[in-house]
Amino acid sequence: MEFFKPDLLPWLIPVGPLVAFLIITLATNRSKMVPATDHHEYGGHHPDYDGMEVPVVTTRSRIFSITIGVIGVLWALVISWMTIGNAFNVHHFGVEVLQSNFAWMDTGETTLNMGVLIDPATVIMLVMVPIAVLMIFTYSIGYMAHDPRQSRFFALISLFAGAMLTLVVADNVLMLFVGWEVMGVCSYMLIGFWFEKESAYKAAIKAFTTTRIADVVMLLGIVYLYMVTGTLSYRDIMYNPENLELLVTTTPIIFGGFAVSAASVIGIFLIIGTVGKSAQFPLHVWLPDAMEGPTPVSAMIHAAAMVSAGIFSLVRLYPLFAAGGDPHHGIMTQPLVFMAVIGSFTALFAATMAVAQSDVKAVLAYSTISQLGFMVAALGMGAYIAAAFHLITHAFFKALLFMAAGSVIHGMEHGEHHVHEHGDHGHDDHHDDHGHHFDPQDMFNMGGLRKTMPVTFWTFLIGGLSLSGFPIITAGFWSKDEILADAWLVLSEYGSGTHGLVFFMLAAAAFLTAFYTMRQISLTFGGDARTEAAEHANLGKGLVSVTMTAPLIILAFFAIFAGFIGVPTDFPILGSIFSPEHNAFHHFMAESLPLPEATAGYGTLPDYHPDAPPFNIIPVATSFIVALGGLWLGWFMYWRKPLKAGEVDPMEKFLGPLHPILKNRYYMDDLYIWLFVKPSQWFGKQVIVFLDKGVIDTILHVIARVFTWLGDLVKVLNLWLIDGVGDGIPIAIYNFGGWLRRMQTGRVQQYMLFILAAAVIIGLVLVVSSGAVTAQ
Amino acid sequence: MIPLWMYLAVAAALFSIGVFGVLARRNAVAILMAIELMLNAVNINLVAFWRYSETNTDLLLNGYVFTAFILIVAAAEAAVGLAIIISVYRNRRSVIPEDAHTLKG
Amino acid sequence: MLELNAISIGFFIFTIFTLGGAIGVVTTRNLFQGTVWLMVSLFGIAGYMLLLSAPFLAAVQILVYIGAIAILITFAVMLTRSVTRVDERYIRTIPSLIGSLVLFLILIAGVTIPVFGGHEGAPVVVKTTHDFGLALVDGNGYVVPFMLASLLLTAAMIGAIFIARDEET
Repeated sequence: MEFFKPDLLPWLIPVGPLVAFLIITLATNRSKMVPATDHHEYGGHHPDYDGMEVPVVTTRSRIFSITIGVIGVLWALVISWMTIGNAFNVHHFGVEVLQSNFAWMDTGETTLNMGVLIDPATVIMLVMVPIAVLMIFTYSIGYMAHDPRQSRFFALISLFAGAMLTLVVADNVLMLFVGWEVMGVCSYMLIGFWFEKESAYKAAIKAFTTTRIADVVMLLGIVYLYMVTGTLSYRDIMYNPENLELLVTTTPIIFGGFAVSAASVIGIFLIIGTVGKSAQFPLHVWLPDAMEGPTPVSAMIHAAAMVSAGIFSLVRLYPLFAAGGDPHHGIMTQPLVFMAVIGSFTALFAATMAVAQSDVKAVLAYSTISQLGFMVAALGMGAYIAAAFHLITHAFFKALLFMAAGSVIHGMEHGEHHVHEHGDHGHDDHHDDHGHHFDPQDMFNMGGLRKTMPVTFWTFLIGGLSLSGFPIITAGFWSKDEILADAWLVLSEYGSGTHGLVFFMLAAAAFLTAFYTMRQISLTFGGDARTEAAEHANLGKGLVSVTMTAPLIILAFFAIFAGFIGVPTDFPILGSIFSPEHNAFHHFMAESLPLPEATAGYGTLPDYHPDAPPFNIIPVATSFIVALGGLWLGWFMYWRKPLKAGEVDPMEKFLGPLHPILKNRYYMDDLYIWLFVKPSQWFGKQVIVFLDKGVIDTILHVIARVFTWLGDLVKVLNLWLIDGVGDGIPIAIYNFGGWLRRMQTGRVQQYMLFILAAAVIIGLVLVVSSGAVTAQ
Repeated sequence: MIPLWMYLAVAAALFSIGVFGVLARRNAVAILMAIELMLNAVNINLVAFWRYSETNTDLLLNGYVFTAFILIVAAAEAAVGLAIIISVYRNRRSVIPEDAHTLKG
Repeated sequence: MLELNAISIGFFIFTIFTLGGAIGVVTTRNLFQGTVWLMVSLFGIAGYMLLLSAPFLAAVQILVYIGAIAILITFAVMLTRSVTRVDERYIRTIPSLIGSLVLFLILIAGVTIPVFGGHEGAPVVVKTTHDFGLALVDGNGYVVPFMLASLLLTAAMIGAIFIARDEET
């Protein structure tokens, strides 16, 4: 009951999913062996296993693990809402927060603490994360219903959820990092969930390695931060002007007159962590490949959890980045510039690749990268609140889109199965009549699905429109608009070049976003079915379809209405309806930044509390134009005259030689392979040959030979000494006996001679002892 | 009177000669003769001690009798010994003890 | 110390006989001669007996030793005649000589010298043969050894005959 005090309650939030993970792993993961060719039981067909028996989780285990997993998330949800309720009851929330911590590890003069912190940033995450995760869990019930390893799946996503929540409620950078790393491991395990597939496990390794590189740099940043300030707690660093000033003024590196402050160094290192985790250029390469994982995993990783964690960490650390500059007045610090450049570049870069993809999930993957670029760029500009806003809205509609795409794929597979009565019932490549691999994820195999999967169509459409930033009625519009408004504000008032760059690049990216989204929707749902499978695609009836469509509907609701908490106050008409006094979201989030009074005394620190950008027609108009324009172009190219089967993508004609480059992701994967992977493999091989076989084996052989030689030596010694002695003694005795035997001649006179000798001796003794001689 | 020690000396010499004869002679009969000498040397000693014994005022006949018995036993022993020699001679055609080394170890 | 009287001369002569005869016995190559020398030595010993007031023993010495044993030895010599003349007289000469010499010295040292210088005179009273005879059959005397001795002789006689008899028939 102690835990229900407001300060301590947040500790319980991650407990639910983490305990669920433990229980499922330890108790409800029982398997039974079934023949691999039993398609009904063994949902995943893998040709290598034909003729063998494979383990499949028992139905009872399925039910238990689903139940426990969902309970875990519900627990987190309920406690989160309680916490949010508590938070709203705090007077002057933001300045006053709910927190609790304890000393965890003594490191000499300073101590590392572990603790929880509920401030406005945490609150908004706690609104989004449990709901999104719960939707994903529900979706997984249906999606993984025939998977032979469903229990394991629920265990892993429970762990994933637990790690994310730990990260969210953490009050210090270290605990955030712990959650960060655990999510990295979970992503590895989940992306490679279908580990028999080579592409799957390779993608898992790629994800883990890429993010790990970034994590190392981030860790260096954390260590340095700890070195300078002696603490890692957010309240002590981010909300403490003194420490911020300290970080800015400490200048560890000076490049010929150009001083780099500790804040910059730490900031850039920590941003690099997010570059990896949130798949920004150049560490974005893992995210498209992460589509190898089951769709709920994609939803979780790319929407609700992992990439959000990256952005969230930037949100948390924002005061550090902005220290030393004043982004709202156009004065940028190095970390901010870094973020702005990387973010906007990534946004545009990824959007260009998305237009040339044919896999429905790939488009969404690049879309995610692009939207994350938006968020990073927003933070780079100082639009802290806009970035957080976009994070939340994006989580909702992206999760929705992924799960809807998953439904589409599921439906396509059902259609495929329907077409081939004896067909495979699994998630890897299929074959159609002509013996070609049938890819249920290829948009060019789809078409006309709005007829057979209406719920999925409408929810996907809503999500897509939100993503594109369809004006007014979608949440995406409001969050994207705020970013553009922030950029425009500083550009126009202070002429900041960085802000201008960001504005234009993001606008271009938004245009492309709308375009490729409409392209995707048209290809998938518009026109007529291009293949037989698409004709029969549906989710069927029953629990599976319900659990897969209900979350979509709920998330679609959020995708529409979540935006209305962030309407600018002076927006015509709607502003007065939704935000009469102040922009609710803006006002709420702003409280998590240090107060102007506190930072006023410190010259290097900006006024963190910006006003919400006033209504300006230009950014709004830009939003309208890019969104509607992109959507119209997509409709024009793809829906108006829908593609028939076998028709070539018009983009190919349009882009010409550029198309293959985009489709192959600017060949960056190949570059990385050539640059990093192959040399590493070469090096590894060298180590094996030289070190392992050459040095270590040689040493071992030498040792073996030495000991063998010693053994032989001992053997010889044994033979010599012991045998020698052992045989020698009897021989010696024998010889002695033989020598002694010579006394026995058998000759009487000799015996008598000996008797005489003895008698003489005795006589001598007697004579001498009796003193007869001397007495005379 | 002859001092006692002279008798004893003579007896000792006689005994030694006898020992030499026993040890050194090759012929068995010669050895037997030497044995007789030794026995007689002993007899001399005994009689001399009997005669010169101061405690023997009554001249008890111990020494006398002893000597007599030695004589008796010597006779018996000579007889038997010679019988053996003859028997051996019959079997082995040799009276040289050197040749009788069948018990050689 | 030694007065020259009949006894001394007699002693001297008998010594000559005894020791000379003994040496003769051990050095002769011819065993018949050896027998004769034995007889001479025994005769000398008989003389000692006389000097030592044991006439009976002297007589027995001559009768038994010389008359019986020496003759016996002669017979034995004759019976084993093929090797009477031996080329090699001695075996192990030096060890035997040394041994007997040492023995002699020890005897002198141990037996003779302790009585040196005393016992010049001998008691006058002597026993007669009659006493000896009485002692031999006296129940408190030597009757048991006497009987045993006779047994011994009988056994020896039988044994000697048995050992030396012809095996032909």
